[in-house]
Amino acid sequence: MTALEWYVTAGKIGLVIGLLMTVAPIMNWVERRGAAIIQNRVGPNRIGPFGIFQAIPDAIKFLFKEDSIPGHVNGFYYFIAPIIVLIPACMTFAVIPFGDPITIMGQTFKMQTADLNVGFLYIFAMASLGVYGLIIGGWASNNKFALLGSMRSSSQMISYELSLGLSVIGLVMVFSTVELGPMVQKQADVMWQLGPIAIPRWGIFIQPLGCLIFVIASFAEANRLPFDLPEGEPEIVGFHVEYGSMKFATFMMGEYMNMAVASGLIATLYFGGYQMLPGMGTLLDSLQLSPAAYMWSKLALQNISLAFKVGLFMWLFVWVRWTVPRFRYDQLMDLGWKMLFPLALLNVFITAVMIYLGWV
Amino acid sequence: MEINPAFFYIFAGLAIAFSLLVVIKKSAIASAFNLVCVFFSFAGIYAMMDAHLIAAIQIIVYAGAVMVLFLFVIMLLNADNAAFDMHPIGRGKRLVSASFVVVMAGMFIWVFKNTTYLGPISNFSNANVEAAGGNTQVLSELMFSEYILPFELTSVLLLAAIIGTIAIAKRKKPAALLNGGSAAKGGNAQ
Repeated sequence: MTALEWYVTAGKIGLVIGLLMTVAPIMNWVERRGAAIIQNRVGPNRIGPFGIFQAIPDAIKFLFKEDSIPGHVNGFYYFIAPIIVLIPACMTFAVIPFGDPITIMGQTFKMQTADLNVGFLYIFAMASLGVYGLIIGGWASNNKFALLGSMRSSSQMISYELSLGLSVIGLVMVFSTVELGPMVQKQADVMWQLGPIAIPRWGIFIQPLGCLIFVIASFAEANRLPFDLPEGEPEIVGFHVEYGSMKFATFMMGEYMNMAVASGLIATLYFGGYQMLPGMGTLLDSLQLSPAAYMWSKLALQNISLAFKVGLFMWLFVWVRWTVPRFRYDQLMDLGWKMLFPLALLNVFITAVMIYLGWV
Repeated sequence: MEINPAFFYIFAGLAIAFSLLVVIKKSAIASAFNLVCVFFSFAGIYAMMDAHLIAAIQIIVYAGAVMVLFLFVIMLLNADNAAFDMHPIGRGKRLVSASFVVVMAGMFIWVFKNTTYLGPISNFSNANVEAAGGNTQVLSELMFSEYILPFELTSVLLLAAIIGTIAIAKRKKPAALLNGGSAAKGGNAQ
């Protein structure tokens, strides 16, 4: 690798990890203000305009609070459990592309941290590791309620992983690739031309059922309401009952990162990924830029488009949280195994028939 | 891409260290966690050899599914406390074990010394696979065309295993056993 390649790779890794780390405090503020809007309250409004700097004193409080470790826990595993939650959440974003390939000094660089030919299988591999943080946290707490909580949450994650994986199979069949880069590029094609409006081949238009299943399953994978049984503070005891201060905050950070990754995946798989929003392409063409400037402004617009889409789905997570009540454990399992799983299989079948008939 | 020796030694060293921990640790759950780390180190080695698919499958199947199942079983059966009673081993057994270790090590050394790399099987060289669209595509195309029959047979085998499990789990208990259970309960209450 040349020096330039090293710089670009380091830059991409830094960008992705940095963005994911900043997502947690920002989403914390969005969530509290969003909850306030939905519940007709004011929410945090003291620090900065609209309380936007609320996260800073929160973080300071978490860091300086006494980090008390209960005497009965299994020290080492108790310590590493929050870290284990965080690592897969950080790693998953690596395969999500955030722009068309660009050319610097004659070399082409893919705007994707890791270009693996296994594509989203990598994402499922990482998602399946997320469950270890919960199991280890619950077990190391040496508390029967924490252990029960971790059992409950890990069985939830394992059950919904199946539907999550199966719902994407339809998409793979249509685009005949598992790599996310080509998948996004193929979504740029025009499916229907309705007068001046072109409907692109976005995943949602080809696979509406698959998209619905994917969104529901990713809510369960990110442990968000209506499936937040791992947390469920009002009536049940979660797996992190023995955790306090920054260790607890790390679990929460992992949750927000998972949310960001899930939103990024929904946007990439079903909503055209970094494909520019309507109007941006016309704007870019009308500016008459030099090739280099065109490339960079296109990259910037693509990044903005992806960020906008991801932000929209993050807001959906918040919106649903404060709208839909929590499922009971048996309802959750019924939904996962008796509704989503058969529907995902049906989706694969329907897609196969449609491909056979040449409709997609 | 050639594998960088430094990374190979890091991951291989980790794999050996964690494997040792699997054997040494007295708690079954700690052993299971260390086994997950072993699988992860293997996946790292595979990924550096550009076998991304094998690495991903290693993690999805072994680290993500099999080991979670192991942990569930250990936790639910509460096997953690009861599992390893450390009995001191007699001299005869030690001698037998040590001789097996020596034989195994000798065998490995002999195999590594005496095998030569025969090159890729038929025309599956790295360049050809890359030209055909990468590991994942080549493997899945083969699996769903030429090797569809073994693939489907394997899935039927798994289906049989699932049905068998459900049949055993949902089996109705014989009436005598149920009565015995209630009688024992009644006895306790009095």
